[in-house]
Amino acid sequence: MTSLLAVDAVARARSQPGVDQVGLEQRAAALATRSIKTTAKKWALDMAISMVDLTTLEGADTPGKVRSLCVKATRPDPSDRACPSVAAVCVYPAMVPVAVEALAGTGIHLASVATAFPSGQAPLEVRLADVRAAVAAGADEIDMVINRGAFLSGRYEQVYDEIVAVKEACGDAHLKVILETGELATYDNVRRASWLAMYAGADFIKTSTGKVSPAATLPVTLLMLEAVRDFRDATGRQVGVKPAGGIRTAKDSWRYLVTVNETCGPDWLSPDWFRFGASSLLNDLLLQRQKLASGRYFGPDYVTVD
Amino acid sequence: MSVFEYAPAPESRAIVDIKSSYGLFIDGTFVDPLDGGGFKSINPSSEETLAEVADAGSADVDAAVAAARRAFDTVWGPMPGSERAKYLYRIARIIAERSRELAVLESLDNGKPIKESRDVDLPLVSAHFFYNAGWADKLSHAGYGSDPRPLGVAGQVIPWNFPLLMLAWKIAPALACGNTVVLKPAETTPLSALAFAEICQQAELPPGVVNIVTGAGGTGAALVSHPGVDKVAFTGSTDVGRLIAKSVAGTSKKVTLELGGKAANIVFADAALDQAVEGIVNGIFFNQGHVCCAGSRLLVEEPVAEEVLAKLKRRMGTLRLGDPLDKNTDIGAINSSEQLARIKELTAAGTAEGAEAWSPPCELPDSGFWFAPTIFTGVSQAHRVAREEIFGPVLSVLTFRTPDEAIAKANNTPYGLSAGVWSEKGSRILWAATQLKAGVVWANTFNKFDATSPFGGLKESGYGREGGRHGLEAYLNV
Repeated sequence: MTSLLAVDAVARARSQPGVDQVGLEQRAAALATRSIKTTAKKWALDMAISMVDLTTLEGADTPGKVRSLCVKATRPDPSDRACPSVAAVCVYPAMVPVAVEALAGTGIHLASVATAFPSGQAPLEVRLADVRAAVAAGADEIDMVINRGAFLSGRYEQVYDEIVAVKEACGDAHLKVILETGELATYDNVRRASWLAMYAGADFIKTSTGKVSPAATLPVTLLMLEAVRDFRDATGRQVGVKPAGGIRTAKDSWRYLVTVNETCGPDWLSPDWFRFGASSLLNDLLLQRQKLASGRYFGPDYVTVD
Repeated sequence: MSVFEYAPAPESRAIVDIKSSYGLFIDGTFVDPLDGGGFKSINPSSEETLAEVADAGSADVDAAVAAARRAFDTVWGPMPGSERAKYLYRIARIIAERSRELAVLESLDNGKPIKESRDVDLPLVSAHFFYNAGWADKLSHAGYGSDPRPLGVAGQVIPWNFPLLMLAWKIAPALACGNTVVLKPAETTPLSALAFAEICQQAELPPGVVNIVTGAGGTGAALVSHPGVDKVAFTGSTDVGRLIAKSVAGTSKKVTLELGGKAANIVFADAALDQAVEGIVNGIFFNQGHVCCAGSRLLVEEPVAEEVLAKLKRRMGTLRLGDPLDKNTDIGAINSSEQLARIKELTAAGTAEGAEAWSPPCELPDSGFWFAPTIFTGVSQAHRVAREEIFGPVLSVLTFRTPDEAIAKANNTPYGLSAGVWSEKGSRILWAATQLKAGVVWANTFNKFDATSPFGGLKESGYGREGGRHGLEAYLNV
């Protein structure tokens, strides 16, 4: 990527054009009216399944729960071998060793949240140690949270420097930077934070932890897609986008795919560049997939509860 | 070719029942024209005939005006406003209930995308009836005196770009104020007005309160020059507006004219650019640019001109042109071969005068009337594409260096219907709005309509206001 001094990166992030809230939300609402039928629906369902970061981030997570989730990730629909597997499994660092074993040989990525997820309110050294531990245990993707306190108080340089430090701690692991858009509150902030994260080395920018409401919305994802599109135009480097939290239905998922398609184009229509952070979404995708293939609904007992 | 191809998603046309032929709606019933003439209304996206429609002659117009006069004198004029309101509310509700059917009919006859007739036209149509129904018993509080009186019989001529919406703009305030009407829809889009006639029957509106006479220019001329008409309301071209103004000169008829436009959409360098690009697209490609207030001249500040153009071209690449009934269609058919010829003539002039045309890759269907979304760059103020109303999906792009230059260029047109301003700076928007000579100025949006908001032009874009409290004045004796 274009290497920039921190001061230049921060200046460029600050000078991004504003976002008109009304206009952005209208555009997202218009994209949501696209009618996805038959062959388009079939393609969208399989693509969405292959983009899921199947997630469990609970205090109550156990090795058994994580193993079960890994099996689901590999064979989402046991009744249909043609059903694609998901992109990744996403767990807390303590669960990474279990997931590494369960996913061995499947080709499914293993993402771990880190940096004192979800608040990030720990000393930087602790957050970096969290990242190193997750990577050492075998995670190949790290989902970090930005320092919202620093961002909201205007200390963009600190936010930038911390992301750079986390990126370095990741080594070869891919870095997804969670902006926690629900706490940034304004679209102007989301755009600036997106650019800060990309300049600092993010491989993906991600909307939310899922622990704060609102989590992912279509307008905020649209805005972040505009940011990665413009960032590639400006620097030549492509960055992915991951909406996370609150996306529960298949219909929601293809509204996001339509938004990717009409904002960034086909280059981003791949699990390498777009992910859904979700847990319950997968079962609705599977239900709709069965319905499309057979013409009827089997009902919730025909998909697995994990 | 994208990896994500949207499969066809057509709205069913089975929901609408189009008769093979329609008479004139006079005095509450459909009657044959006295001289028996008729013409065909076609689907502009396929050129198939949709229905035979009667061509009203001057004797038919006489009959319609006489019916309207009778209804005004005996029923509608004397009726208390609170009773008139009940009919208008009933009509508004029926339109809302039948909106899917009416949207399909509108898209079939006009060629506009179903998503626009469904999401824009029809909701506004019922909104105008609901809004004006509310005024019917409150006219003494509208600011036009303690007991403003209706004018009598209104002769109304409407265009083909928003057939049912323009009907609503005309009929709803006229009826709310206690007038009766004779309305002539455009000859290429008469079907939704005839469906509205059926709705008047369904609502048991007293006979003669609304009369619909279909026909071409001759019918319209007979209507507006009819001595029994007290009020003329016209929406359409400036040329026809001039003829109407001449024909009513020296009479006691009250006139409102809503005519052409060549609106400037001004993008300052500090605008929210992605949203401005959406506004530019909406401003000129909404309804294939068949919009009198379309933002057909883009004025963009030089430092961001290149970026805006790049974003605009990329966005235009995602516009989907095709079957108006497909729910994913963004650009429908041009309404008629005549209009298509005019668009082609003016764009050819643009190229001949040295402007550069650009369109995204865009396959046009074999039958029907189509024109790809087009932008002209390298346009100067002197070019015809910068001065004349094209009334099609064609945008002329010009640049400016200072705010004063933007205003000067924006106002440098005989028209004055609408304008748009894009800036994140509130004070600049307010300043620009006071400088722009246009009846409507949109800030950080474009082509936004609301039943509560007055709409109308300055200069050669016409006079009088439609919509809102101001719109009542045109139908009251004040």
